[in-house]
Amino acid sequence: MTTSEVAQGPFQVYPQSPAVSVKKGTGQDKNARPLSLSGHVGFDSLPHQLVNKSTCQGFCFNILCIGETGIGKSTLMDTLFNTNFENFESSHFEPKVKLRAQTYDLQESNVRLKLTIVNTVGFGDQMNKQESYQHVVDYIDTQFESYLQEELKIKRSLHNYHDSRIHACLYFIAPSGHSLKSLDLVTMKKLDSKVNIIPVIAKADTISKSELHKFKIKIMSELVSNGVQIYQFPTDDETVSTINTAMNGILPFAVVGSSEEVKIGNKMVKARQYPWGVVQVENENHCDFVKLREMLICVNMEDLREQTHTRHYELYRRCKLEEMGFTDTNPESKPVSLQETYEAKRHEFLGDLQRREEEMRQMFVQRVKEKETELKEAERELQGKFEQLKRLHSEEKSKLDEKRRSLEDEINTFSKKKAATELLQGQSFNTNANLKKDKDRKKSLEMEAKDVNLTCDEATNQNHNCCFRNL
Amino acid sequence: MDAIMLQEKLVERLLCHRVKTSRQKEKQYVGFATLPNQVHRKSVKKGFDFTLMVAGESGMGKSTLVNSLFLTDLYKDRKLLNAEERINQTVEIIKHTVDIEEKGVKLKLTIVDTPGFGDAVNNNECWKPITDYIDQQFEQYFRDESGLNRKNIQDNRVHCCLYFIPPFGHGLRPVDVEFMKALHEKVNVVPLIAKADCLTPNEIKKLKDRVREEIERFGIKVYQFPECDSDEDEEFKQLDKELKECCPFAVIGSNTVVEARGQRVRGRLYPWGIVEVENQSHCDFVKLRNILIRSHMHDLKDVTCDVHYENYRAQCIQDMTSKMTQDNRMESPIPILPLPTPDVETDRLIKMKDEELARMQEMLNKMQQHIHDGKD
Repeated sequence: MTTSEVAQGPFQVYPQSPAVSVKKGTGQDKNARPLSLSGHVGFDSLPHQLVNKSTCQGFCFNILCIGETGIGKSTLMDTLFNTNFENFESSHFEPKVKLRAQTYDLQESNVRLKLTIVNTVGFGDQMNKQESYQHVVDYIDTQFESYLQEELKIKRSLHNYHDSRIHACLYFIAPSGHSLKSLDLVTMKKLDSKVNIIPVIAKADTISKSELHKFKIKIMSELVSNGVQIYQFPTDDETVSTINTAMNGILPFAVVGSSEEVKIGNKMVKARQYPWGVVQVENENHCDFVKLREMLICVNMEDLREQTHTRHYELYRRCKLEEMGFTDTNPESKPVSLQETYEAKRHEFLGDLQRREEEMRQMFVQRVKEKETELKEAERELQGKFEQLKRLHSEEKSKLDEKRRSLEDEINTFSKKKAATELLQGQSFNTNANLKKDKDRKKSLEMEAKDVNLTCDEATNQNHNCCFRNL
Repeated sequence: MDAIMLQEKLVERLLCHRVKTSRQKEKQYVGFATLPNQVHRKSVKKGFDFTLMVAGESGMGKSTLVNSLFLTDLYKDRKLLNAEERINQTVEIIKHTVDIEEKGVKLKLTIVDTPGFGDAVNNNECWKPITDYIDQQFEQYFRDESGLNRKNIQDNRVHCCLYFIPPFGHGLRPVDVEFMKALHEKVNVVPLIAKADCLTPNEIKKLKDRVREEIERFGIKVYQFPECDSDEDEEFKQLDKELKECCPFAVIGSNTVVEARGQRVRGRLYPWGIVEVENQSHCDFVKLRNILIRSHMHDLKDVTCDVHYENYRAQCIQDMTSKMTQDNRMESPIPILPLPTPDVETDRLIKMKDEELARMQEMLNKMQQHIHDGKD
């Protein structure tokens, strides 16, 4: 695997990527003057040292495969990496799109590769596909986010960090022969600024050569007219620019995958056997599989990783930090350091906090006052009522007392009269009628007195009850 | 080659079977054995018509297959939409009608195309325009049939619907299931596996089994070929059995003619070989053509008339009846026989009669009550 080119000038090493990125000579610094050496110093072994170091560490690569269920994503991965990744068939009836990531450790000669393959499950199966792209975008953002978090940590270990950001996205187009599907267009538009998209035409053994040519042209023109930026193989490095330019013109690759082998001549090749012929996967006349393998793995794997880090990740990071309120230059166009921004933010935040506290305290005090006044009002009212009732009660009582006194007076006068009549009776015993009459009168008067007493008692009872009730 | 010859024999047999027997029994010759010939003559004079609907996502090869089936080019100068135009596309219904003739037999062929099906991003209820169209045709026929002048009824009912299942998946998808379930009681649905040249024979078998099992599981009633009579001979029965097991047919279509094995055939040219459309070992195109055109075209029409149309008619009448009793808002002791075109006059008369009846019923009840009370 090629990772570095001959250095032309000062080169930068990224914190997590063990590879060297030198694409163009960064030009001579104005303060440094070129010198010529009179002998061999030995720093031309620097690239080799770097290569050794990175080979020891191992490489990491993440591929995302997006395509309809059954379009051949897993088979193509098996064929590309010449192994069996043990994937199982998914059903067509998933309620929404899910992403399934699996990590494998591969080794070729002395180079170790930690490969993560992320497959979409249920993509394109639902009746309403308006939300399908969102799940993929969310997954990619999550990987960026966890990398950003690691970068912003105080104690961070980036060289040990397992980079899960997606380096390449293979988008599988169904071979309808006409043009892209509407879902493909919508999804690719949303993903082109987040990941390197490499479109491939899947199951290409169903399209004849002439149809394929027209199909490819149609697809590319549709992508261009809708402003979708797919990944372009880099053409600025002389060693690979010719082949990359040629390949850029063959996009999208028409691929066929197969895990079965067929005997052709005297060797076993990966192929698909039909009643009318055998499609050989690695035959360049039959499909573009070999080209895809070369471009994706042999030539440009490192560039894909670099692009992901320098372009897509940086874009994400910038958007995220701007959201949080960080800027590189303040309103007077003077560069602002991160520390100052932090301090300013913190100040602002504390001030905000204090203000809020004050507000709440004031509100509390106000509420308490209101409540107090309310309660006082209530108390006063009750007091007033109580006084009134007391007055009423005493008035009624005095009335009844008067009535009682008058009745008692009556009773007294009556008993006096009674005594007088008895005296008179003692003097004349003939008049029974008078006696009887008197007796009757006495009875009636007594009854009256009893009644009056009763009503008096009743009245006092009632009054007492009223008083109790009012209170 | 054997299979093709056998099938040719079958077709001949169907036509000439009974003519032979008529000549054998010359002693008691009445002459009605020539009835089939008379029917044949009359039908040739009248001509036939057939309406075929094709449905499926765009790019499945529907137009190519129709062209291959009827050996004409029905889709000259067709304009295909771009992907961005299809994001919110609704389904259209386009009819192509052609008159073709073969050996004196005229056929008026109508192909109903459904561009836009399954192409939008949101495909909820994308079959509604299609079911509406089918219902419209039924309704029009219903009205014509119940009209006064029935001489020249145009039969625009859809006799058969070919549904194209994409071969790129593992089986049926939700949109396939929903579509077939919405249509299986309105039209004869014949499912096909489209673009079968992307599947090896093993894969074809697996996919067919899967699709058959899913059709049964979801309760989709696809068109069933009628059972052959028990007095047919063994090879016919064998053929019939093979045909049924082949369903759904895996088809390939082609608009181009290529040179293969010294002959000019319809096919597709690949760097690794040539696919012949009419080669039975390559695909089931020949079987489909025979079923659709050579042996079962009339059966498809019959099933449409006898089953689907009758279902529609019964449903229609039931709706009308329940609506009428709802309007009257009372139970009539005699079931109302609805006229196909109920007009206002008869409606009124019927209502009056109903009221009278109800009144008489009440009087009867009262009298009965009276008698009952009188007894006590």
